[in-house]
Amino acid sequence: MSLLEVTDLRVSFRTADGVVRAVRGVSFSVDAGRTLGIVGESGSGKSVSTQTLMGLTPGAQVSGEAWFDGQDLLAMPERQMRRVRGAQIGMIFQDPLSSLHPLYKVGWQIEEMIKAHEPDMSKEQARKRAVEMLGLVGIPQPDRRVDDYPHQFSGGMRQRAMIAMALALNPKLIIADEPTTALDATVQMQILDLMRRLQGEFDTALIMITHDLGVIADMADDVLVMYGGQAVEHAGRRDLYYRPHHPYTVGLLESVPSAAAGRGARLKAIAGQPPSLINLPSGCVFHPRCEYVMERCRVDEPPLDEVGGEPLSPGAAHRSACWLPHRITGLDEQAAQARRRASDEGRSVGGDER
Amino acid sequence: MSELPEGLHALPEGLHAATARPAEAAQDDVLVSAEGVVKYFPIKQGIVFKKEVARVHAVDGVDLRVRRGETLGIVGESGSGKSTLARCITGLHPVTSGRILFEGTDITKLSKSGLKAFRRDVQMIFQDPYGSLNPRRRVGSIIGDPFAIHNIADGADRKKRVQELMELVGLNPEHYNRFPAEFSGGQRQRIGVARALALKPKLIVCDEPVSALDVSIQAQVINLLKDLQDELGLTYIFIAHDLSVVRYVSDRVGVMYLGRIGESAAAEELYERPRHPYSAALLSAASIADPDEAERAERIVLIGDVPSPIDPPSGCRFHPRCPKAQERCVAEEPALVVRDGDAADHLTACHFPVEPGEVLAHEHAGISQVSTEPELPEVEQ
Amino acid sequence: MSSFTELDSEIVPVDAEPRRVQGRTPWQLAWTRFRRDRLAVASLVVLALMVVFAALAPLWAHWTGHPYDATFPKTALDPSGQPVGPGRHFWLGADQLGRDVLVRAAYGARISLVVGVAAAVLASVIGVAVGVLAGFVGGVLDTVLARMMDITLALPYLLVAIMLATTFQLTSVAASVSLTIVVIAFFSFAAFGRIIRGQVLSLREKEFIEAARSLGAGNLRIMAVDVLPNLMAQVTVLTSLLIPTSIVFEATLSFLGVGVRLPMPSWGSMLGEGSDVFQTAWWLLAVPAFLLLLTTLSFNLLGDGIRDALDPRGDRHSGKK
Repeated sequence: MSLLEVTDLRVSFRTADGVVRAVRGVSFSVDAGRTLGIVGESGSGKSVSTQTLMGLTPGAQVSGEAWFDGQDLLAMPERQMRRVRGAQIGMIFQDPLSSLHPLYKVGWQIEEMIKAHEPDMSKEQARKRAVEMLGLVGIPQPDRRVDDYPHQFSGGMRQRAMIAMALALNPKLIIADEPTTALDATVQMQILDLMRRLQGEFDTALIMITHDLGVIADMADDVLVMYGGQAVEHAGRRDLYYRPHHPYTVGLLESVPSAAAGRGARLKAIAGQPPSLINLPSGCVFHPRCEYVMERCRVDEPPLDEVGGEPLSPGAAHRSACWLPHRITGLDEQAAQARRRASDEGRSVGGDER
Repeated sequence: MSELPEGLHALPEGLHAATARPAEAAQDDVLVSAEGVVKYFPIKQGIVFKKEVARVHAVDGVDLRVRRGETLGIVGESGSGKSTLARCITGLHPVTSGRILFEGTDITKLSKSGLKAFRRDVQMIFQDPYGSLNPRRRVGSIIGDPFAIHNIADGADRKKRVQELMELVGLNPEHYNRFPAEFSGGQRQRIGVARALALKPKLIVCDEPVSALDVSIQAQVINLLKDLQDELGLTYIFIAHDLSVVRYVSDRVGVMYLGRIGESAAAEELYERPRHPYSAALLSAASIADPDEAERAERIVLIGDVPSPIDPPSGCRFHPRCPKAQERCVAEEPALVVRDGDAADHLTACHFPVEPGEVLAHEHAGISQVSTEPELPEVEQ
Repeated sequence: MSSFTELDSEIVPVDAEPRRVQGRTPWQLAWTRFRRDRLAVASLVVLALMVVFAALAPLWAHWTGHPYDATFPKTALDPSGQPVGPGRHFWLGADQLGRDVLVRAAYGARISLVVGVAAAVLASVIGVAVGVLAGFVGGVLDTVLARMMDITLALPYLLVAIMLATTFQLTSVAASVSLTIVVIAFFSFAAFGRIIRGQVLSLREKEFIEAARSLGAGNLRIMAVDVLPNLMAQVTVLTSLLIPTSIVFEATLSFLGVGVRLPMPSWGSMLGEGSDVFQTAWWLLAVPAFLLLLTTLSFNLLGDGIRDALDPRGDRHSGKK
């Protein structure tokens, strides 16, 4: 049993324009000491999924199960949820400035959070803990900076303070939602370095949500690729990067300019635009943009099935939600040709064969 | 301010008629160059009588040259002044001092009408596909704006030319009457590109043109920009913080740090053999979408943050964070020149450039280590 | 936990693709939303009826045979000299001088609507002009205009209005109506201008303004083409909310006898006259008070409806950056 096991999570919102089906049947799990990367573009549902786990999507219609350490997060009353949030599951957000209250001192905010979860702790103890945590995340002179306000911190230091806050109660799981997107490259590296180190030290489980494939390549053990509110591919890190099966994953990896491609070669872009979550396409959600689309893709929704094959690294089983034959994986020209052949067949026959 | 009396204010009309440009330009055919460009922003206080209490040294002495038909990439982190530099070159910000020569004309001295004519030749593509289009106007009117401002085409002719532009950037010309809100981020960026192309400019300054877009859409826009360059012989200044995108699109790249250019070289040269310790650190921090390479990569973790441009460090501005810093770096500002053994256009502003094969000390700004934080008053700078 | 309270805006899935609606203007979309707002539509109907009621004032006078300034001592006053209540001849009763309250209320509605709308429009025109100039041009002009608005807001408006009225001693109705409009606009534009100035200051930083500049557009063109259209929603809402305030302002001035000159009736002056005898003739107060309340309430509800229609989820895209 994993530390967190999410099964068939569904989230939808009612809006003036119609029902937004933000997450549609997503399952994943994380173990202690491991990192799950969730990649996706805007509107893929990657952030909504984890926010829902934390009870932070008021007004949403939610179904599914999320077992965390023997309790179902989705069935939990708000009072109990508040005890889990912060204490057992820490959160780190993209924009630390809006997550830290601008009118209170940084240290005070950490102290308050500690005291909220550990009422027995004295003020002095909480403060000592806050100073300790700020030092741990590499803030210089923590005993002085503890009395600073958030605006007196630089962007990188605010993100460190957020990490300190997330770690203050030694949580079993940390959810980091685009933790470095707002930061510069050199600062991003400092923060990722720090997170990796702290994770090793405390054996924390980490869910890392990002659109940056570079961050995922650096940090994640397992990777979940989301598109249009669904998981389209789920694999160990090396399998995902070197043996991708789903055309969306392939497209994502190919649209990143890499040193190997060199100047002059065209980038392979994914044509079209992401789907509307109100008017979802029929069949496979990716089919309107897929270059290997077959008849069957327009009608039947492919399940997230095991791809099989020898895994390149220990980790999650390699699964993909695509009707293309499972033996075709990879990024090279050979794989592309195989996909093209398969989709040509699928177009004529109707593609019952997998 | 350098003084060179410019008799010619407005560019001759004939220049604009020329639409065909050589795709491959001669080596030293410089289209635009900056000489000692400085831009300070005053910080004012007071309600009625405002007085300057400090100044932001956004751009602080930048020299650069862009050849016709090439792409100059500029990389740098927030506060490096790269966006301000872009706006100085396009004439959006008046410079504090220095010269910007466009086809030999100093644009910092142009009259109002001369500046208006200059704007036909230099266009800009902005970062925010939501903020850069007026939400209350139809797409046709947004793309047709340049024609209206410069009184070029009218009525049916304007509509025809706008629709041609829409087709050129991959938009459906039938969407002429739609509003920006009806388009996705990538399509909006195409609208911005179409608007920039309307007057057939010679230079397009792209300020983070893809950083607000999703990965799969980024590639579409980058491809479009490259195709247009090949087709129309455009010259680009391409500003971005995404190092792999800049490497991909640029012929030459300049690295900015705190208002100065620290190093500039041909893209491959810079990425393979950076000489400035900051370039080396910045490039090593680039995210690599490949797990094995990411593991192999030698990361140089810098300590601390970028200091405030209000009170930049003395000497070499990078010295408080530099693993190779010595006494000389604190006192003396290094010149941007060719260093030993480098190609003729590889300029580095560093007293102790990184030698080929040299491994920079891996500083870990990590657990319980006190790093040099610029905000702290007692930290010597 | 402070860190979780500010998340709500991020949770709403704003990144869902916008609906594909064929070339409908923001105003058309707003109208569609407005029509769904029952309270706002009801207010619009009430106001339309009020306009009809006011516009047809001469017709009421003709039908009843009671011009607004004519007295009917024989039919309108009972033997003891008290005005008669609502009845067959005087539907809404008569006043102390024996005039028809219905006809007078209709003429009063004309004054209220004309003064309210005209003053609000005048104030918004001046407010927009001042606000846009101050916010967009900035510099010394901004300092001067902003201080001017501050001073205007600090003036005790009733005292100044009374002073003006006694100084000019206007006798013609038209002149007094015009002066009332000007006075109301003068005391309303500053608050308006301040809001517009703030809007312009934030608009000025938008990239599309910078884009227009980089294309070579001048200040005038940018103000007309890029700034003003983006203020229109705000201006519409503010103006619609300024109308009821202006109507009450006019009523206040007329109540105090420094607004619209007698004998032209106004709801304010009717209230003033009625307040003396309301214990015996309640309708003298009730009719103008009810009409005033109904009109201002309708305008306020209409304004709220317009705001909701123009800006359904707050400013959606401005938060993107």
